[in-house]
Amino acid sequence: MAMDARDIERLIKEALPDATVEIRDLAGDGDHYAATVVSSAFRGRTRVQQHQMVYAALKGNMGGVLHALALTTSAPQD
Amino acid sequence: MSIQDTISNEIATNDVVLFMKGTPQFPMCGFSGQVVQILDYLGVPYKGINVLENDQIRQGIKDFSNWPTIPQLYVKGEFVGGCDIVREMFQAGELQTHLTEKGVPVKAAAKA
Repeated sequence: MAMDARDIERLIKEALPDATVEIRDLAGDGDHYAATVVSSAFRGRTRVQQHQMVYAALKGNMGGVLHALALTTSAPQD
Repeated sequence: MSIQDTISNEIATNDVVLFMKGTPQFPMCGFSGQVVQILDYLGVPYKGINVLENDQIRQGIKDFSNWPTIPQLYVKGEFVGGCDIVREMFQAGELQTHLTEKGVPVKAAAKA
């Protein structure tokens, strides 16, 4: 099973409207992605909380249809 | 004992616990393997729990931490993160600091 990179980006931006999302398809198989997400919503949150926010945005697809999404999250630099 | 109690008990009685696919000797997934390599490099004693051997734990640990993926690393009863976070912390030297602060002996303090 696979998921389109545009769908991943759309779901993340629905939940985190100000987010900058950069997605790379690591294996070219639509199943192994790396995403860098920068959003002011991450400010003051731990890494675990930041990743949980992204997973929540993906609405259960993570660990399901989406097998592998290497995540890097941060708040924007001032 | 419920599966959530079983998980609570594991992370309460072991300082460092890694819920993973496969075993520390034979990881069955690249992400689990990366965390094993980091822990082995640091010389940290830990207990590996193979979620592939138990579907209840495999699902239970995801519910426990509200975290959808394996591996999951726990130190002194606290969820530290999955593969990406553990690797990021290791590369920044934060994992070593975190373990030391929690009273877990670390052999290698150097960065990779």
